[in-house]
Amino acid sequence: MRAAFIERTLASLLAASEHSAEADRLASAGGVLQKVDARVKLAGLFGLLMVVVASHKLRVIGCVFVLSLALAWWSQLRMKRLAKWVWMPVLFFTGAIAFPALFVTSGQAAIKILGIVVTDRGLRSTTFLISRAETAATLSALLVFTTPWPWVLKALRTFQCPVVAVAILGMTYRYIFVMLRIASEMLESRRSRAVGVLPPAERRRLMASTVGVLLSKSIQLSGDVHLAMRARGFRGETYLLHEFRANVADRYWLAGFAVLVAGGFWWGR
Amino acid sequence: MHIPDGYLSPASCTALYAGSAPFWYVALRRMKRAMNTQMIPLVSVFSAFSFIVMMFNLPLPGGTTGHATGLGIATIVLGPWAAMLAISVALIIQAVFFGDGGITTIGANCFNMAILGSLAAYAIYRMISGRAPLTSPRRVVAGALAGYISINLSALITAVELGIQPLYYHDSTGAPLYAPYPLHITIPAMLIGHLTVVGVAEMVITGGVVAYLQRAEPSLLRLTAPGARVDRPDGKPAGTHGTHGTRRLWVALAILMILTPLGIIAAGKAWGEWSPDDFSNQQTRGQIAAASGNQPLPAEAPTGLRHFGSVWTAPMPGYAPRFLKSAGFGYMLSAAAGTGVIILVILLAGWIFERRAA
Repeated sequence: MRAAFIERTLASLLAASEHSAEADRLASAGGVLQKVDARVKLAGLFGLLMVVVASHKLRVIGCVFVLSLALAWWSQLRMKRLAKWVWMPVLFFTGAIAFPALFVTSGQAAIKILGIVVTDRGLRSTTFLISRAETAATLSALLVFTTPWPWVLKALRTFQCPVVAVAILGMTYRYIFVMLRIASEMLESRRSRAVGVLPPAERRRLMASTVGVLLSKSIQLSGDVHLAMRARGFRGETYLLHEFRANVADRYWLAGFAVLVAGGFWWGR
Repeated sequence: MHIPDGYLSPASCTALYAGSAPFWYVALRRMKRAMNTQMIPLVSVFSAFSFIVMMFNLPLPGGTTGHATGLGIATIVLGPWAAMLAISVALIIQAVFFGDGGITTIGANCFNMAILGSLAAYAIYRMISGRAPLTSPRRVVAGALAGYISINLSALITAVELGIQPLYYHDSTGAPLYAPYPLHITIPAMLIGHLTVVGVAEMVITGGVVAYLQRAEPSLLRLTAPGARVDRPDGKPAGTHGTHGTRRLWVALAILMILTPLGIIAAGKAWGEWSPDDFSNQQTRGQIAAASGNQPLPAEAPTGLRHFGSVWTAPMPGYAPRFLKSAGFGYMLSAAAGTGVIILVILLAGWIFERRAA
C-alpha cells in the first residue's frame, strides 16, 4: 500500500505531541516571564497584541516586535526555536498571501525589477500584514511557551470567562493527547498490517473508517469520563481552584505592561 | 481558512466576537438543559476529536491530499449546537496553543467555521436526507453535500470578511492596513481552493464517515434524523427494494430525456445566446431589445461576435441534427447524445484519475 497519507497523518499527530511536550518543558524553565503571575502575563501580552493589531504605524509594530524578542531572550526561548515554530511558518503563509499585493495594489512605482513594478502602497501594505502577523504570533508564543496551560485557563477565570468554558477548554486539552495516542496507535497498527497497493477509493474508505472508529471511541470515552466524574461527586456545578498570589514584582510588571500598552495605543493612532 | 492575527481590523474582530457570543450562549444553555452533567465531557471529547480530524491527511481523487475540518460529521452526530461548541473549542485551542489562526480573530474563525458551518451543514443534511432511513444511501449523499456546501459557505464568508478590509481600513497614503485584497480577488482566491480541494476533502470525510456509521453504529445518526423511517427486520432500509437505488435515478433520467421536446414550446432565444444573424433580423432585434430593457442595439453584430461566432460549428446546432426533419425527435436525440457524452467523459476522467493516483 502506498501509505504516504498515513505517514503524513502520523507526522502531524507526532508534531502536535512534540509541540506540547516542548511547551511544557519551556513553561517550567526559569526565565523572566515564567516567574510572572499568569494573570498579569495574560493581560499584558493580550494588551500588546491589541496594540499590534490596532496600530496604524509600522514603527510601533516594530518596537513591540523588538520588545517581544527581548522578552523571549530573557525567558530562555531560543531564537532558533522561535524561527522554526513561529516565524518561518507565519512568513511562508502570510508571505505567500501578501506577495501579490506588492504588484496588484494601486500606487506610485517604488521599485522596478525586470520591468515589474512594485507600488509604494503595495510595499507598505505587505509590510504591515507580515509585521503584524509575525509580531502577534510571537506574543502568542511567548504566552504559551512561558505559562503552563492550566494556569492560562485559571487566569481566564480572573477575566470573567465562564467557568463552564474554562472547564471544557481544560478537559479538551487533556483529551487531545488521549485522542492523539488513540489515533496514532490505530494508524500505526494499520500501517504495520498493510502489504501491497490499495486502490485510491479503498484508501479514502480506510481513512473515513478510521475517522468513524475514532468517532465511536470518542463517544465511548465521553461516556466513561462522565461516569468517572459522577462517581467522584460531579453534579453539574464546576469549581476551579485559584492558587494565584501576586507579589510586588508582579505589580511592577503589571504597571510596566499598562504603560507600554497605553503608550503603544497613543503612539500608534 | 483560519484567519491569523493582523488580517482583520479591531472593529471587525470585535463585531465577529459580538456576532458569535449569542450563538455560544444559546448553545451552552441548550446543551446544559439537554445534557446537564454529560455536557462537559461530551463537548470536551468531541472538541478533541474535531482537533484530531483536522490533522488527518485524506487522499483525494486526482492523487492529491487534503485536510477536512470535521464540521460536517460533528454536526450530523451531535446536532448543530453541540457541534458549534465542540468546533469552537477546537479552534480556540488551535489558535492559542498551536498558533493556527489568531487570538484576536478567534471570534471570526468560530463564526465562519463553527457557527455558520454547523448551522449550514445541519440545514443541508436535514433538507436532503428528509425522512430517509438511517441506513439509506441518501443520507450518505446528504452528509457529503452538507460537508461540501457548508465548508464552501464558510470560505465565502471568510473571503467577504477579508475582502472588505481594504475598503474601510487604510492609512493616510491609502495603503491597506490589514488584508490587502478587495472582494473581487479574495472571493475567487478562497473559493477555488475550497471548491476543488478542501471542500472535496470535507465531502469525502463526511460522506465516508456517514457510510461507515451506517454499517457499524447507525444509532449515532439518530439525533439529527428525528423523522427517519425504521429499517425493515431483514436489515434493508424501509422503502428500498433490492436493486432499486441508482436504478430509480436512471429511470428518472430517461423520463427527463423523453420530456426534452417540451423545451421547444418555449418561444424566443435565451438572453445572451444570440448569433450574429440575429442582429440583422428585425424580428429577433425587437426581441433582444425587449429582453434587454429596451437598450438601443448596435446597427450590426459586434465585430468580436462575428469573428469568433464562426470559429466552431457544433455537430448538432440548436439541438437539431441536420439529418432529422422532426424537431421533437432531434431534441430528444440531442439529449440522449449529450447525456451519453457526459457519462463517458466522467467514466474516462474517473478511470484516468484512479490510474494516476494508484
